Amino acid sequence: MSFKVPSNFNELLKLIEGELSPISVDVRSSKRIYVDIKKEDIRRAAKLFLDLFEPLRGRFSTATAMDCRDHFEILYHFSFSELGLVLTVRCKVPRYKPEIDSIADLIYGASFIEREIHDLMGIKFMGHPNLRRLVLPDDWPEGVYPLRRYG
Amino acid sequence: MMSGGELVIPLGPYHPAFKEPELFKLYVDGESIVNIDIRLGFQHRGIEYLAQKLTVQQVVFLVERICGICSTSHPTCFCQAVEEAMGLEVPDRARYIRTLIAELERIHSHLLWAGVALHLIGYDTLFMYFWRYREPVCELFEELTGNRQHYAMLCPGGVRRDIDLKKMRPKILKVMKEIKEAITKLADAVARDRLVRARMEGIGVLTKQDAIRYCVVGPTARGSGLKIDVRADEPYAAYKELGVDVKVMTEGDVLARTLVRVLETLESVEIIERCIDSMPNGPITAEFNEYPVADGIGKHEAPRGEDIHYVKLNGTPVPERVKIRAPTYANLPSLVPQLIGYSIADAPIILGSIDPCFSCTERVSIVDVRNGRTITLSMDEFNEFCRKRKNPLKVR
Repeated sequence: MSFKVPSNFNELLKLIEGELSPISVDVRSSKRIYVDIKKEDIRRAAKLFLDLFEPLRGRFSTATAMDCRDHFEILYHFSFSELGLVLTVRCKVPRYKPEIDSIADLIYGASFIEREIHDLMGIKFMGHPNLRRLVLPDDWPEGVYPLRRYG
Repeated sequence: MMSGGELVIPLGPYHPAFKEPELFKLYVDGESIVNIDIRLGFQHRGIEYLAQKLTVQQVVFLVERICGICSTSHPTCFCQAVEEAMGLEVPDRARYIRTLIAELERIHSHLLWAGVALHLIGYDTLFMYFWRYREPVCELFEELTGNRQHYAMLCPGGVRRDIDLKKMRPKILKVMKEIKEAITKLADAVARDRLVRARMEGIGVLTKQDAIRYCVVGPTARGSGLKIDVRADEPYAAYKELGVDVKVMTEGDVLARTLVRVLETLESVEIIERCIDSMPNGPITAEFNEYPVADGIGKHEAPRGEDIHYVKLNGTPVPERVKIRAPTYANLPSLVPQLIGYSIADAPIILGSIDPCFSCTERVSIVDVRNGRTITLSMDEFNEFCRKRKNPLKVR
C-alpha cells in the first residue's frame, strides 16, 4: 500500500482527491459521498478501495446502472463500516459505445452485478473473466435490454 | 475445467437447500467438490423494472413481496432511501416501531433457519423445537400488524399503523422471556451435540481474506471474523438509542455461522425489551406532498445481512430508478471457496449455511460424465443422501 490509511472522513476525501483526480466530489452528508470519475479510472478506484477494505471494514455493496437518455451512468456503491459511510463512484458510459473496464477480477463480489448489468442494460465489461448471462433466460433475444428506458 | 475423472452435479435450478430456484453445478472428483458454477435468474421477476412503473407508495408493497421471510427488510430499506432523497425526518415513535418489527422478524427468521439447517443434517427433533418457538413470534406479528408475514407496516415517512403498547407489552415480554430460556437451552443442545459438531465444525470454511474479497455480509461475514453490521456501523431507525452488540465468531465454518445466528437471536430479544421500555409517544408519520429530483441510498441489516437500495426520484411520484441488492446476492459467490474441497454430502448444509432465500418445486439432477448417465432426485431423496452421507451415484 503506497498511502496512509485514512482514519476519518476528511482524510478519506483527501485520499480520493489525491489518488483518483475525480471530476467532482459531492459530499451530501457525513454518511454519503458521491464521486464522479472518468470511466477509464474505474480500475484505479477499485484497486484503491480494495486496499481499504480490510483496515476500514469496507466492501463493494453493489452497482446501479441507469439509462440517462444520452448516456449510461454506473454507480458503484462502496460501504466502509469503520467510517459508517457509503461512497458512490459514478462513471458515465457513452451510448454509442457501451463499454467499461471490469473490476470483477479485483473484487470478486463485483462479478455477479457486472453480469446482471450486461444482461439488463447491455453494457459490456471489458476483461470480465466470465461475462455470461446471469439473470435472463438463455433463449432471450440478443440486443434486447429490459432496463434501457430510451431504446 | 473438466478432466477425465470429474463428475458434474447440477444442483437445481430447483434445489433442495434453497428457498428460490438457482442452478449450482458441482464439479466433483470422487466424493470431493473441485469447482462450482452458479446460475441465477430462475426466479427473476423484474421487480426493478416494475418499480419504475409504480408510485413510491405502491413500490413499498411491491418490494415487500421480494422475500416472504424477511418481508420488512426491503420496505425499510426502500423507505429510508426515499426519505433520504426527500430529506424527510421520521418521527421518533415510527423509528421505534420499525426497530421492533425488524427485530421480531430477525428472531423468527433465525429460528426458521436454525430449524431448516438442523433438518438438513437430519436432526428433526430440534427442527421441530426451533419452529415451535418461532410460532409465538408469528402470532405476535398477527396481533401487532394484522399479518403473520408481509406486515405492510411501513410507508415513506414512518409507519402505517400504530401499536397498542399497553395491551401488547405483557404479551411481547412473555414471548421474549420464553424464547430467551428456550434458545439458551437449545443452543446448548446444538453446541454440545457431538453429531451436530461433526457435521458443522470445520465444514464450509470461509477465511477472513475470502470473506473480504467476495464482499460477504451478515452472519456469513460475522462468522468469518468480519465485524460488520449496519445496525451498529450506520445506525438507522432507533438503533442509535438502543445500541447493538455485534456478535462475531472467527472460525468461518458452518458452526460459527450457526452460533452467530443463535447469539443474534438472544441479542434481538434484548433489543426488543429495551425498545418497548423506551418507546416514545407521538405521531407515526411525517407528511410530504412534493417529489424532488434527488436520489438516496437506504441500508438495513436484514436477517441475512446488509440490504441496500438506491432510489432516484425524478420530480414525479414514480421513481426514475430503483436498484435493489438483497444480502443473498452478495453471499452466493462466496459459496465457491466454501464448497471446494468438501464432499457432496456436505453441500446442502454448506449451501444452507448462508441462509439463502426455498422454493416448493425442488429436484436435483446428477450427471455422471464418465458415461453420460443422468439421475434425477427429489428433494426428499437428496436430503436423505445428505443425512446418511452417501454418494447418490453409488447407490443407483
